[in-house]
Amino acid sequence: MPYHEMMIKPMRDEVTRLGVRELRTVADVDAALGPGEGTAMVFVNSVCGCAAGAARPALTLALQQGVKPQNLYTVFAGQDLDATARARSYFAEYQPSSPSVALLRDGEVVHFVHRHMIEGQRAETIAADLMAAFERFCGRESEVAKE
Amino acid sequence: MTGHVFHPGHEELHGVTVVVEGTSGRTWVGRYHERNERGVVMHDVAIHDPAIAELPRADWVARLRKFGVAVNERFVILPPKEAGPITRLSDWQDSSSSG
Repeated sequence: MPYHEMMIKPMRDEVTRLGVRELRTVADVDAALGPGEGTAMVFVNSVCGCAAGAARPALTLALQQGVKPQNLYTVFAGQDLDATARARSYFAEYQPSSPSVALLRDGEVVHFVHRHMIEGQRAETIAADLMAAFERFCGRESEVAKE
Repeated sequence: MTGHVFHPGHEELHGVTVVVEGTSGRTWVGRYHERNERGVVMHDVAIHDPAIAELPRADWVARLRKFGVAVNERFVILPPKEAGPITRLSDWQDSSSSG
């Protein structure tokens, strides 16, 4: 059952203030992920403790560095149910978990951070993993590798 | 921004995805809730039964790590006699050679 929006808003804002675009509807998701071009990160936000204590702080750290995906998106699990389900359909091979992070390149999942990789980890550790993935799949080196 | 997760009043593993090696030979992977007089309480559990599993246990766990936990049971209580070693999924290593 979704929580009251007033309670959720700070959790949304913590992500969107980083320049991450929130996808609230199925149409939003399809417009963003449907073309499947370039690199895109989808952060699956949630109300749970490991989102507050680790995942969102890790995302904040990771997006402070240089290399980032071309497109940054977020959906809120347990709140925006249809949009979240639709977003997950773009990485359906991966079991639903929240919080989680999917990194896609040209519509293919190239890196996935599950909840079990977030639980109990320090934000800095998770951020380092994300930054390494951004560097590998979204940096200049990845463009060279694709050519 | 410590990265620590606080669950006041709960055990350290509360809310963490763990591997429980059952004395029956089954392996249980899911979110640990608590251990009480009835056993180990878990949520969203995937179960590996060597009698019917398509993959050896180590391969099965490796798949869960990569693709996530494919839930077989939403809620499980493992009786004390079944609940063997409990390890975080991210830390688990196969100690058996039988697969």
